[in-house]
Amino acid sequence: MLTVILILLPLAISLILLTIREERVIRQFALAGSLAVFGVAVAAFIQYKTCSHCNLLFTADWLSTLGVSLKFGMDGISLLMVMLTTFLVPVIILSSFNHSYSRPSAFYSLIFLMEMALIGVFTSFDGLIFYIFWELALIPAWFICAVWGGKDRIRITFKFFIYTFVGSLFMLVALIYLYFLTPLPHSFDFQWLYAATLTPVEQTWIFAAFFLAFAIKIPVFPLHTWQPDTYTTAPGTGSMLLAGIMLKMGIYGMIRWMIPVCHIAVKQYAPVAIILAITGIVYASVIAIRQNDMKRLVAYSSIAHVGLIAAGVFTLTLHSLEGAVIQMVSHGINIVGLFVVIDAIEKRTNTRNISDLGGIALKAPRLAIVFMIILLGSIALPLTNGFIGEFLLLLGLFEYSVVFAAIAGLTIIFSAVYMLWMYQRTMLGRTNAITEQISDLTRIEMAALIPVVIMIFWIGLFPGMFLDVTLPDVLQIIHFTK
Amino acid sequence: MTTLQSIPIQYYLVFCSLLFSIGVVGVLIKRNALVILMSIELMINSINLLLAAFSAYTNDPAGQIFVFFIMVVAAAEVAIGLAIVVLIYRTTHTIDINVLNKLRW
Amino acid sequence: MVNTVLFLIPLLPLLGFLILGLGYRTIPSKWTSFIGPGTIFLSFILSLLVFFNFHHFAISPFRHLSPWIHVGSLDIPFAFLIDPLSALMLLVVTGVGFIIHVYSVGYMKDDPGFNRFFAYMNLFVFSMLLLVLGANYPIMFIGWEGVGLCSYLLIGFWFKNHEYNNAAKKAFIMNRIGDLGFLLGMFLIFTTFNSLSFNQVFSQAKSMTMGDPTIMAITLLLFIGAVGKSAQIPLYTWLPDAMAGPTPVSALIHAATMVTAGVYMIARSNILYVLAPATMTIIGITGLATALFAASIAIFQNDIKKVLAYSTISQLGYMFVGLSVGAFTGAMFHLATHAFFKALLFLGAGSVIHALGGEQDIRNMGGLRKKLPKTYWTFLIATLAIAGIPPLSGFFSKDEILLHLFGHSPVMWNIAVAGAMMTAFYMFRLLYLTFFRNFRGTEDKLHHIHESPPVMAIPLIMLALLAAFGGLLNIPGLFGGGDWLSGFLSPVFADAAAVTALPATISHATEYLLMGVTLAGCLIMIWLAYHRYVKKEMGLLPDDASHSFPVKLIRKKYYIDELYDLIISKPILLISRFFHDVVELRFIDRMVNGVGNMVVWTGSTLRYIQTGNVGFYMFIMILGIILILFLNILI
Repeated sequence: MLTVILILLPLAISLILLTIREERVIRQFALAGSLAVFGVAVAAFIQYKTCSHCNLLFTADWLSTLGVSLKFGMDGISLLMVMLTTFLVPVIILSSFNHSYSRPSAFYSLIFLMEMALIGVFTSFDGLIFYIFWELALIPAWFICAVWGGKDRIRITFKFFIYTFVGSLFMLVALIYLYFLTPLPHSFDFQWLYAATLTPVEQTWIFAAFFLAFAIKIPVFPLHTWQPDTYTTAPGTGSMLLAGIMLKMGIYGMIRWMIPVCHIAVKQYAPVAIILAITGIVYASVIAIRQNDMKRLVAYSSIAHVGLIAAGVFTLTLHSLEGAVIQMVSHGINIVGLFVVIDAIEKRTNTRNISDLGGIALKAPRLAIVFMIILLGSIALPLTNGFIGEFLLLLGLFEYSVVFAAIAGLTIIFSAVYMLWMYQRTMLGRTNAITEQISDLTRIEMAALIPVVIMIFWIGLFPGMFLDVTLPDVLQIIHFTK
Repeated sequence: MTTLQSIPIQYYLVFCSLLFSIGVVGVLIKRNALVILMSIELMINSINLLLAAFSAYTNDPAGQIFVFFIMVVAAAEVAIGLAIVVLIYRTTHTIDINVLNKLRW
Repeated sequence: MVNTVLFLIPLLPLLGFLILGLGYRTIPSKWTSFIGPGTIFLSFILSLLVFFNFHHFAISPFRHLSPWIHVGSLDIPFAFLIDPLSALMLLVVTGVGFIIHVYSVGYMKDDPGFNRFFAYMNLFVFSMLLLVLGANYPIMFIGWEGVGLCSYLLIGFWFKNHEYNNAAKKAFIMNRIGDLGFLLGMFLIFTTFNSLSFNQVFSQAKSMTMGDPTIMAITLLLFIGAVGKSAQIPLYTWLPDAMAGPTPVSALIHAATMVTAGVYMIARSNILYVLAPATMTIIGITGLATALFAASIAIFQNDIKKVLAYSTISQLGYMFVGLSVGAFTGAMFHLATHAFFKALLFLGAGSVIHALGGEQDIRNMGGLRKKLPKTYWTFLIATLAIAGIPPLSGFFSKDEILLHLFGHSPVMWNIAVAGAMMTAFYMFRLLYLTFFRNFRGTEDKLHHIHESPPVMAIPLIMLALLAAFGGLLNIPGLFGGGDWLSGFLSPVFADAAAVTALPATISHATEYLLMGVTLAGCLIMIWLAYHRYVKKEMGLLPDDASHSFPVKLIRKKYYIDELYDLIISKPILLISRFFHDVVELRFIDRMVNGVGNMVVWTGSTLRYIQTGNVGFYMFIMILGIILILFLNILI
């Protein structure tokens, strides 16, 4: 039941927000609402723990003739992703208070619509419902970026929309094909889809379709070109939603759908996929070194970090998959933190250009400290969240292939290079005319960032809680591939 | 065996095909909207005739009922078609269909 | 109880860091002066407690504190290992750390970032203690990376200056290159032994054969980590630049503790290394090359801290050479004594810099012997110690390494002695140029010269005592000593000793002879330095003076920085630009847009079919019908 509440509550909030006129009330309501959703997620977490992995299943008939049912539930992986989503949305909403967006009711309403769609993606146990939520998430994301975005937003968001949409259509085709392979009467239920028997050729085609859809979303090199532009032009809030949560859909989809359904093809084509992902790591890292726009730099760094996760997923080792799940959470938290910081800087200086900034640490020490901590998390310093994930991912890659691990490991060097470069040029040094009058973080910004900082250390110090909750499910997914 | 049935069905088929072809050619080569409408009527009537013939040939009244239906619909269609032609004439002072090419790329 | 004590040792500095870090703006500097060194002092007391009650810990040296990462067969707990090796390191880290903290109270007194400085320093000590205490490789790695971070923060402590920031970044990145090696080494250890815990890895390693390729790969990868952290060729260039940090930082991090982490790590993994003779050879060559190379650069440096930095690199090279021939005790002994005298040298240098108001060029010093007597005498003791003059500590530790080296290979011994002689030469050059003859700075500066306050002088004296008498730790049997340190550390190296072949025993006569030769060489060098720099007053050429090519090459530090810039930094930036401007925009993105453009093009081409001519539509339609009919007939 909690699962359904988790989906319906954001929808209800989204609709109510449309009826409110006054901006102050909208903000308060949005914040309270997002916290309430988070509260429900925590309750679901507790229930999940206490009833020993009972999946919090909810089933209702919908299109029973087609074998589509409203089947929602959560296993450990879903739960973690839902926790991440519901945790990040309040942070994102808090950070958006920095700006006065036009048509606030629509803006916040769309955020909640997106939250609903994301939770739907992570909790649906039915192929078609999964697909519907998958596409639904794209719509508010597109509106947020296209309406409140920056320069050249129409062209860029159009590309983003079409690009990811084309990918998803391949997934739809694959899903429908799979549907007809399920035993009679056909069903979209994921257990049935898992049970479909596929010939090797069918495996290959379905793998290709799924891979295309998920790889575009993640994005995996060379399907990534929509991403830097979109992150750059999107409003801060949009970038956070996209980078923090939405791209996790791709990796989640890989783990939840692609591996169990076409594991033979996954195994067969894993080297290709891993090579692509690792190429992306090095390629994006090298590009990030020279970026001047902070958001673009973070966007490329994200391609590199997510490339590592994708590479880890394809090794199908226990360590890598566990690492992938925890790194999804960590990466979501870190990148949202980075975007909040960048947003705060942009708000104060009206620029994101690294070359225009400098010496901010002198004027805004709190900002500098928080930035440093988040940065350390994202360059995977031990005892921060990034380390746990990258350690496990690289260990799994190492078990798969030493060469791959060595090349992918370059990310720990490169990330230090570009992140520290960004930090040095923005925070350190002397102030200039632009940063002279910069003020430190406000209370609201601190309220958004302190939870992020806490989570960075929490996951880094006590990863056991997060690793244990997903372990049975990851084991089961590995079991499928045997 | 009625009188109608005494005429071989092939005759009807050939005759209707000819009528229909005349209608088609008329539609294709004529530029006058009125002539085109008339050609369409010709095609419809060739079909009607064929329906009636088969109806008589197989002793099944359904075909003749269809003919009535088609006649009614065709009348309605002609009424609308003519109305459109009149309107076109009022705006363009011509009923040459080659002038009516505004709906292109 | 025992666990608590052990737990508190690293926790106290962490607490200090948290207090000072969170209250960096509110805590008055007077409190900081107590909190900063105080936490380290308490840790030191606890370390002493551990040390003197060592038998309690010896029973079960592995202390499990809490779980950390646990996935399937991978189990990495927060666990500490307290054995003679870590006990020794505890004392060195907290002891020298405390002394340097006290010194810093005086040195950093007027700095606006006083609290920040002590916060970082405490964090550093915490990380270092974690490194030393960790009972498995990942815990060691936490400390390993943690000290790298602190080093980064402290080198760039005065962050207004971008040159300092660049030095900090360079240090961090070069360390990270090594860390990648360490990380891969850990992975290989895990895939080989299915564990990362020291006791399991080492006990399984014991049964491996000598020269096993996997062990060789592991040790080499870990050694890459050590090369980065301990500034060996080819990853040493960050250490001289790291002198941008405040001098106490140079003393603590870039001389006494952090840079010796590599030595500690190899000593800790001794069993693995003795099983990989090929790696040992590589370590030996690297160490010797670094020792000589850095020493040669040090001879021509004019910045007081840079001389000491290259000297540190060179001495670290010695430690690695010692490790490579299995002289683990010797290396650890030299690590300890080096910590004493090199910290003292840096603090002395700091005292000089402090007295001269920030002047670091030794060409502008001179004659400070009278003005700064305490600094001079302590500096002299440290210089004698590092030059290996008996009975100071450096003599004993260096001698132990040299002795092992001779037993291993007389050629290496010869090279190492040459290095030792160079050490004596450049150290006394430094001493003479700084403290002898007349003051060469401005008149104005001469008046401002003042001896350091007690808070700085007392640490100097304490370290001087340690540098002088540190040799007592391990007086060889030759001088009637008991080799106490060897005995103390022997349990740690027992397995390694069992595997290695016993070195050829060297008779006491040979031993005396070797010592005599080394000592004579060093004394000649000291005399030579005296002759050149005091008698003939040489060595004051300005930077732009012309030199013969070899001298110029060394003065320019063999152009290694420029070389790295040319073959690594510049190409990466070029590749970055190429990737972004050509591959990304011209190729990949253009292909993506190409797909979209193709769709648009198809549409815009096909739309011409829509002529708007009804007759044409009809024609096409009928043509279609006829075609379908024909196809039907045909098929």
